[in-house]
Amino acid sequence: MNEESLVTPEGQGKRLGIVVAGSLTKGMEVKLDAAISVEDMAVGRYVVIEGEKQRFFGMITDVSLGAIDQKLTVTPPDVSDSFIAQVVAGTSTYGKLQVVPMLTIGGSAISLLEGPQPVKTVPPHFSVVRQASEQDVEVIFGQEDQRHFYVGTPLDMETKVCLNLSEFVKRSNGLFGKSGTGKTFLTRLLLIGMVQKNTAVNLIFDMHNEYGWEGSSEDGRKVKALKQFFPSKVAVFALDEESSRRRRVSTDYIVEIGYNEIEPEDIELLRETLNLTQPSIEAVYQLAQEFGDHQWLESALALKGGDEARQLLSRLNIHESSYRNLRRGLDKLGRLPFLVPHARDNSVQRLLEYLDRGINVVLEFGRYTDITAYVLVANVLTRRIHAQYRERTERAMGEDAAPPRPLVITIEEAHKFLNPEVARQTIFGTIAREMRKYNVTLLIIDQRPSGIDQEVMSQLGTKATYPLDNEKDIDSVLAGVSGKSELKTVLSKLESRQQALIFGHAVPMPVVVRTRDYGSAQSYRDFGFQEAAELKAKAEQEIKDLWG
Amino acid sequence: MSAKIGEVIEASTTQFLAECYELHNAPPLGSLVKVKEGAIEIYGVVSNAATQSIDPGRRPIARGREEAEEEDIYRKNPQLAKLLRTQFNSLVIGHQEEGSLRHYLPPRPAPVHSFVHLCHPDEVRQFTQSFDFLSILVNAQIQGSGDELVAACLRLASETHDNKRAFLISAGKEMAVLLGGQLSRLNAILKRIRQ
Repeated sequence: MNEESLVTPEGQGKRLGIVVAGSLTKGMEVKLDAAISVEDMAVGRYVVIEGEKQRFFGMITDVSLGAIDQKLTVTPPDVSDSFIAQVVAGTSTYGKLQVVPMLTIGGSAISLLEGPQPVKTVPPHFSVVRQASEQDVEVIFGQEDQRHFYVGTPLDMETKVCLNLSEFVKRSNGLFGKSGTGKTFLTRLLLIGMVQKNTAVNLIFDMHNEYGWEGSSEDGRKVKALKQFFPSKVAVFALDEESSRRRRVSTDYIVEIGYNEIEPEDIELLRETLNLTQPSIEAVYQLAQEFGDHQWLESALALKGGDEARQLLSRLNIHESSYRNLRRGLDKLGRLPFLVPHARDNSVQRLLEYLDRGINVVLEFGRYTDITAYVLVANVLTRRIHAQYRERTERAMGEDAAPPRPLVITIEEAHKFLNPEVARQTIFGTIAREMRKYNVTLLIIDQRPSGIDQEVMSQLGTKATYPLDNEKDIDSVLAGVSGKSELKTVLSKLESRQQALIFGHAVPMPVVVRTRDYGSAQSYRDFGFQEAAELKAKAEQEIKDLWG
Repeated sequence: MSAKIGEVIEASTTQFLAECYELHNAPPLGSLVKVKEGAIEIYGVVSNAATQSIDPGRRPIARGREEAEEEDIYRKNPQLAKLLRTQFNSLVIGHQEEGSLRHYLPPRPAPVHSFVHLCHPDEVRQFTQSFDFLSILVNAQIQGSGDELVAACLRLASETHDNKRAFLISAGKEMAVLLGGQLSRLNAILKRIRQ
């Protein structure tokens, strides 16, 4: 019947159906044309609704079946007969889509210049709905350029979805998903993007040694990491020299942390991992008051049993059991090899020098994958960097000079730093809440977003999430997003790997992407990196061209 | 124009009754016929046919007890052909005016004594390009089963189209919309036209 209307005009996607009902908050209901099979539809896919004055860009959030008469569901027609089946398809029974309009593209020249705008109204009844064409997606997600970084493709399309990296680094961001879904891959991609486009300098607390020299993919393949791509722009710092040597990673600096750099707040953060009680945390503060913020740990570790210790404890009013509890925890710290009474060098200063020169730093933890070491080191270093950045930004404001380069700190297992109990005290909580002003932001990677303080979650600019199982985790990631329930459906239907939902400041609208390929020789070439052999051949060719 | 098959003997806006020139030679149920009314051609679908005595007071009696063949009755009683007549009813479903087809009722009924012609297959194909006439058919109050008429009409029309199945599926879809709330009727018609 409507064969003519199914013809695709140039640059437009295939016609899917028409809008029959809906609202701005709940999304539009679209009746599928008889010629379109519901099985070809998928949640997360993009559609364009042709309104009278503007075009609406939206996402499919649900696919359902409808029947013109409820009796049909009770006494179904004889669909074993293909003739009857064909007749009732699309007439008595039909497919329905739920589409959430996200952006509008105006028809006039001015609105074209302004670009896509957030949607404020809905298309009228019976507006035609089409699959979004490659051009449509390109208009929305831009092309790769100095600020935009190609992260992946929409479902079933070859167009690039680009992330606006300069917007991305302005705020703290989060990357969530169950383990094994591809968080590390996407993180690596984003880091490469930030380094390549020079939008920020990165400090990466690399718990599993994935981002420095090389990482491994799920199937055990080795994949290149930052240092191999940007040898002059990336430095690998290590806590565990031996592990680095065994993995044949050339390190630029071995980090040591002196006892004097550990402050009572650091211990408070470790309360859970060191299994400390509240009175023993109070004891730490008392010890710090007694010996000073920089000396207390050394003095406490030096305390032997006997009268002297007993006197001290009774003077400070510390109970014997609290002391024993604290002592057990501190001894555990004392066993960490990179923690030394007196560091040979000032690691923080060295780290800042690198960052100042615009060199990205990956701090590999080697064998110290224990969460205690990770939390301690990340906290100690970040606190100092934070103080420096704050001071510099304030000075820059006062002297009207250039502020320091934007810094992005990547942390894994973020719920250990940002859970509601400690988020208010740790430096990471402070950064997540307010450090945008001082040009320091976080890239939080976590598998249990519900463990992160809601206040921190609400401050995240851009969130990317892979599938999550736990209802609480999903709620916490999607908190405060418009169209939450629809996005929830989309999120629950993502494939278990390589598909992520990205939303927030760096993208104009929530988008499901299949993250770009990473790990093959071709994928490296797509980044603009060439293999050594190719570089050599190219150089030789250029010499030949030059000298004839 | 194809040969005339009968003559209108009773007419209203929505239907007309015609008498066949030949006994027992009514057009098939559901076939498209037409009548001229001035410049207008009125189209109808044959909805019912009957053969009966000319005089309602004198009903036919059985005459074949001694005959071996049915034809022998008519041969030995040649007056029968004059005493009986075949009539058919047509439901008006559209008209043609100034060269354009209209799938709705004409302004005036067919004149009595106008000739009735059976439509040529090309004409049938042209008329059934659009399914707008189906709404008149399914909504008509017809003696007997209206659904039978719809099915017969579509079956006959489909013969004139190159792709019979595609035509019937499109017609079926139109019916599915028209009979949205009448599932059993839809099923009955679909079963009668399925291929």
